[in-house]
Amino acid sequence: MFAVRLNSKIFLVLSVGFIAGVLGLAGTAQAELKVDVTRGTVKPLPIAVTKFIGNGPQEIQLGRRISHVIRADLARSGLFDPIDEKAFIEVERSLETVPRFQNWRILNAQAMVQGRVAVLSDGRMKVQFRLWDVFAQQQMVGQVYTTVTSNWRRIAHIVSDAIYKRVTGEEGYFDTRIVYIAETGSQIRRIKRLAIMDQDGENHHFLTDGSSLVLTPRFSPSRQEITYMSYHGNVPRVYIFNIDTGRQEVLGDFPGMTFAPRFSPDGDSVIMSMAESGNTEIYTMDLRTRKVRQLTRHSAIDTSPYFSPGGKRVVFNSDRSGTQQLYIMNANGSGVKRISFGKGRYATPVWSPRGDLIAFTKFTGGRFYIGVMGVNGKGERLLTEGFLVEAPTWAPNGRVLMFFRESPRGTGGEKDSKLFSIDLTGQNEREIVTPMDASDPAWSPLIP
Amino acid sequence: MRIKSLSYLVAALFLATACAETMQDGGAGRGSGGNQQAASSVKPGTGRDFVINVGDRVFFEFDKSSLSSDARSQLEKQAAWLKKFGSVSLTLEGHADERGTREYNLALGERRANSAKDFLVALGIAPNRIRVISYGKERPAALGQNEAAWRQNRRAVTIVAGASGS
Repeated sequence: MFAVRLNSKIFLVLSVGFIAGVLGLAGTAQAELKVDVTRGTVKPLPIAVTKFIGNGPQEIQLGRRISHVIRADLARSGLFDPIDEKAFIEVERSLETVPRFQNWRILNAQAMVQGRVAVLSDGRMKVQFRLWDVFAQQQMVGQVYTTVTSNWRRIAHIVSDAIYKRVTGEEGYFDTRIVYIAETGSQIRRIKRLAIMDQDGENHHFLTDGSSLVLTPRFSPSRQEITYMSYHGNVPRVYIFNIDTGRQEVLGDFPGMTFAPRFSPDGDSVIMSMAESGNTEIYTMDLRTRKVRQLTRHSAIDTSPYFSPGGKRVVFNSDRSGTQQLYIMNANGSGVKRISFGKGRYATPVWSPRGDLIAFTKFTGGRFYIGVMGVNGKGERLLTEGFLVEAPTWAPNGRVLMFFRESPRGTGGEKDSKLFSIDLTGQNEREIVTPMDASDPAWSPLIP
Repeated sequence: MRIKSLSYLVAALFLATACAETMQDGGAGRGSGGNQQAASSVKPGTGRDFVINVGDRVFFEFDKSSLSSDARSQLEKQAAWLKKFGSVSLTLEGHADERGTREYNLALGERRANSAKDFLVALGIAPNRIRVISYGKERPAALGQNEAAWRQNRRAVTIVAGASGS
């Protein structure tokens, strides 16, 4: 077909260790430093991320790059305020001696990160880091990783995740990727390509060449696979894309258009819609046995299905009441129950990885909104709005959402389409910069 | 002589208009004609004949797939032409405006295309001549963030193929 081979050794060959505290300062002591991510507005924690030290140009360059990526990750989270390096009074020259905390207290740094890169004789590198509570004068976490030097960017994200987790108590989400649709050309004949990148927009690759219209890619939770919809050969169907081999395969042999695919939480089946003779129903397909099961039987449009984290229930949208609303059913199709009752149309429900919330797109009064509600439909909160905002996707820690936003460009009817992330609190909305227009983002799980 | 060249000019102007519409349509459809003046310049039984002399599309209300009386009379004209040129097969494209979510609009476009298909079949067109495809909001015919553009985009377009002209 139109395979664009992506050479991605994404499994990190990595050995991890913990490094002990320095000079009897126990690393196990409980530090006071804590950021509560559940509050509406958080004052970002001032943190000093020093250049990772090393000997020789290669180690020094790797160290500089790694600390730069960590700083950017932490700043983008909105929970940390990395202090400008230019303000640093002194650089730490050793990982084995206690930092001169007074130099960091003066800058009001609450936390300090230091690290070291050592390139080994076999060409791999060893990266160590320590996170310090500056005021308690304690090490909060210390780790060492050994891997090939080309993994420096992933190591930086893994260090960021370790810092985030230690300070907030929540899992991080920096060592993740985004698959999305890259868009070019006029709206009339838009060219759309599958594209993949790290969550910070780096390591960008196109997976398809734009010869076929492609839509709505989603990651497998367990394999290096993406499910998406393609108009290949002018026959709109759900496909599976293997990221390692570039191989694309149509999923099943359905008489009608298949679309809106999502993997089950175990990655062993895909749930999707099929439209035939003017009626859209929800189906699952077991990826090993290829057995197909119809879940809904209703003359309405039933689409955008999404499994609960345990796989026992499905949330979807249906216009069976007259307009699009959100419904939950059991994974076998029984017990359908409407959960959205607010004003307007509700669509694209996505179940939080924590299980307690459903994010959605809402259309009312000529505007689109991204919001969340409880699984019982209660406690609706709208996080952001616009001419068009659509398709929320959860970061694996359930604290951040990504979505796309279309805005009219000029008066000719053309539009800009961009990706944004926003905290569950509705704070910290940020554009994810992409090389061209972008839509339909899907967040990966934490990379294994 | 003079009158004849004028009528050629009129036909040429009309074709130019049709071409402009085709470009704007991005191949999803070809204009929305229905002008008897051009009949003489277009080969009967062709896709161009269908677009110009019959009209290739019907329109829908927001989030609806029911056929208006205008839509039904348009489809009656299409059915008459399709009976006359019985070897022609057709694709019915269903489309939606941009004021909806992508997946729902794919379903809505499929529903609209089938709404038109069912009507043609009821008028005696064999279902095996008709293929249906939905583009949802992916292939607008008109650009613009206003009701005038959205109205043109909520449509089912009949694309005829295999026209022999016989």
